[in-house]
Amino acid sequence: MRSVGIDLGSRFIKVALIEEGRLIFFKTTETSFNPVDRCNELLRDIKADRIIATGYGRHLFEVYTEASTITEIKAFAKGSRALFPECRTIIDIGGQDTKVISLDVRGNVRKFEMNDRCAAGTGKFIEIMAKTLNYSIEDFGNMTPKRNKGIRINSMCTVFAESEVVSLIAKGESREDIAVALHRLVANRVLSMLNRIPLEEDIVFAGGCAKNQCLKGLIEHALGRTICVADTPEITGALGAALYAMEN
Amino acid sequence: MKQKDYTEMWKTIGLNLEAHSGLLSVLTDAYKNIYLSQKARPMGMEYFDFVISEVHGLRIEEIFDAKKEKRKVVGTFCVYVPEEIILSVNGVCIGLCAGAEVGTPEAERFIPRNTCALIKAFMGFKLAGLCPYVELTDLLVGETTCDGKKKAYEIFNDITKKVYVMEVPNMKSEESRRLWFSEVRRFKDKMEELSSRKITLENLKKASSIVNERRKALQRLSRLRAADPPPISGLDALLINQVSFYDDPVRFTEMTNKLNDELQERVKQGLGVTQKGSPRILISGSPMAIPNWKLHTIIEGGGGVVIGEESCVGERNHRELLDENFSSVEEALEKLASRYISIDCACFTPNNERIENIRSLVASLRADGVIHYSLQFCTPYMIEAHKIEKSMKDIPFMRMETDYSMEDMGQLNSRIEAFIEMIKSKV
Repeated sequence: MRSVGIDLGSRFIKVALIEEGRLIFFKTTETSFNPVDRCNELLRDIKADRIIATGYGRHLFEVYTEASTITEIKAFAKGSRALFPECRTIIDIGGQDTKVISLDVRGNVRKFEMNDRCAAGTGKFIEIMAKTLNYSIEDFGNMTPKRNKGIRINSMCTVFAESEVVSLIAKGESREDIAVALHRLVANRVLSMLNRIPLEEDIVFAGGCAKNQCLKGLIEHALGRTICVADTPEITGALGAALYAMEN
Repeated sequence: MKQKDYTEMWKTIGLNLEAHSGLLSVLTDAYKNIYLSQKARPMGMEYFDFVISEVHGLRIEEIFDAKKEKRKVVGTFCVYVPEEIILSVNGVCIGLCAGAEVGTPEAERFIPRNTCALIKAFMGFKLAGLCPYVELTDLLVGETTCDGKKKAYEIFNDITKKVYVMEVPNMKSEESRRLWFSEVRRFKDKMEELSSRKITLENLKKASSIVNERRKALQRLSRLRAADPPPISGLDALLINQVSFYDDPVRFTEMTNKLNDELQERVKQGLGVTQKGSPRILISGSPMAIPNWKLHTIIEGGGGVVIGEESCVGERNHRELLDENFSSVEEALEKLASRYISIDCACFTPNNERIENIRSLVASLRADGVIHYSLQFCTPYMIEAHKIEKSMKDIPFMRMETDYSMEDMGQLNSRIEAFIEMIKSKV
C-alpha cells in the first residue's frame, strides 16, 4: 500500500510518499500565494491509496480534496518516532509557530506548548534577520555558536529586533556577532518553552530550522544534552502524516 | 418572521444608527454561521434564538416600558453585585459586559492599548454609541475586582456621570467580610435612594426567590451536561448563560426550565449533540461575555464538546444559592453578603476554593480535559492558571490567552485540535 502525507506549512509544502512503511519519495516546494495549485503540482505524478494532510493549511486542502487531516503536533510526533524510535521530546521551529512536544513511552503526545499569536522567534523571524544582515539562509545557520561578544538583542518582535540590529550595525558590531546574538534569542525562546514540558531523551529537533547548526548548537549547549536531527528534518511532518494514513 | 423596525427607538436612545446597523448585520451573520448551523439542537433553543434576534429590539422596548413605569435600570459588570437588592426596589438589572471587538479606537483614546478586551469593549460600546442598554441605565455599578476595571470606572464615570463602585475586598478574612457587608448595606441605601422605595423583608423575599429560581434552572442545565453524549452543545449552553445576564429573570427561568425538561428527556433516550465518547472539555477562567463564542466554536468545530464553563458566565454566577431563610432585612443583607463573597474569583488571595471547585467539576461533569482561558491582560486569571495546572495532575490541561480578535485563529485551531487529538489517543 502507498500512502501520502502532505504538510502545508506557512512557508513550504512538503510531501512524503511511503510504500509498505518505507519512505520512497519526498519533495518540497514554496507555499506561495496559491497553495492549492502548488499541492496539485506536487501530487500530480504521485499515485497513492491514501492521503492525509497536516500543517497550517490542512483544512484548505481538506476542502479541495476531502482528504482527512491531523494536526502538525500529531504528525511531528509520528514522524519523529519513525526517524528516532526512542524520541520523547520534539522541538519544531516552523515558519510561523514554534512548538515543543512531549511524548509518553508509547509515542503518544502527552503535553505540548506552542506560541499563541505572533511569529516572534519563528522560522520567519530567522529568515528576515538573515536578509537584514545580507546572509543566505544557509550561511546564516552556519555561524559558530561559540562566538560571543556579549551582544544581546532584547526584542523578540521582528520589527523591533530589526531596528536593534540596525543600531548594532551602526555601532560597528560585526555581522557575525549580531547573527549569533539573533540565534541566541530564538534558542532562548525554545528553551523557555521546553521548561514547561517534561524533558526526556531522545530530544529530536525536527522541521526545516533543524538544519540550522548554530541553533542546534546553542540549544544543545544550554541543555547540556545531545539533540538528534534527521538528514531531511523538514519532511518529518509529511512523513508522520503518511504513516498515520497507512495505519488508519 | 419579519422583524419590527426599531429605528425610531434607537434614534431616541441616541445610538449611532449607521454603525449600529453594521454591528447588527455582523452579529446576525455570525449567529447564523455559528449557531443556526449546529446539528441536533434542542427545540427549546428557539426561545434563545428569538431573544438574540431581539437583543437590541424587543428587550430594549421592554426596558423602555419599565422606565415609563418609573422602574430604575441598573447596569452591572460583575457577578459580585447583589442583584436581589436591585430587584427588591422593582429595578431592572442588566449585565453590561461585552464580548465583541467594538469601538476599540474610541476606547483607546482613554485607556492603554494593553488593557483587557472586556474593559475595552464596555468602554468601546458606549463611546461608539452602540449599546442601547448602557444608555437606558439610571445607575452603573462597578466593583473593585481588578486594577483594570477599577481605574477604567473612574474614566467611565467622567463619561457617563452615573457610575457607583462597590469595594470588593481581596481577601476573605473577618475584617474583609465586615467591609463587604458594609458595602452591601451601602448599596441597599443607594438603591433605596435611587428608587425612592424602601427595601422590606417582603420585597427582599420575593426578589431572592426570583434570583434563586434562575440559579436553580442554570444549575440544572449545568448538571444535564454531565451526560454522555451531552444533550446540548457547549455553544448553546454558553449562550443561555450569557442571556441570563440581561433577560427578564422570571421569563428566563421558565424558558430555561422548559428546555431542561426537553434535555432531560433527551438524556433518558441517550440522545445528544455529539457521538458518545467525544472528548469533553471543561473551560475554566475569564468570563465570556456575549457575543464571545470564539473558543467554543473552535472546540466544537474540532471534534470536541464543551461540557462546562468554570467562569463568571457559567458556574461562578449560579453555583451558590442564597439562603432564603431570613426573617429581617438585616439578616437578609448578612446572608447576601456571605453568599456573594463566597464567589471564587481570581481577584481574591488566596483562592484555593477555586482549585477545589474545578476539581469537583471535572469529576461531576466527567471532563476529559481542561482548557484554561484567560483574556489577555487579565492578570489574576493568567497568573492563577499556574496553580490550577499544578493541581490538575494527570488531567490533560492547556492554557490559552486570547482576546476578541480573530488574528490568532490559526494558532488556536492547531492547538485546540492537537489537544483534542491528545485526549483521543489517551482513551
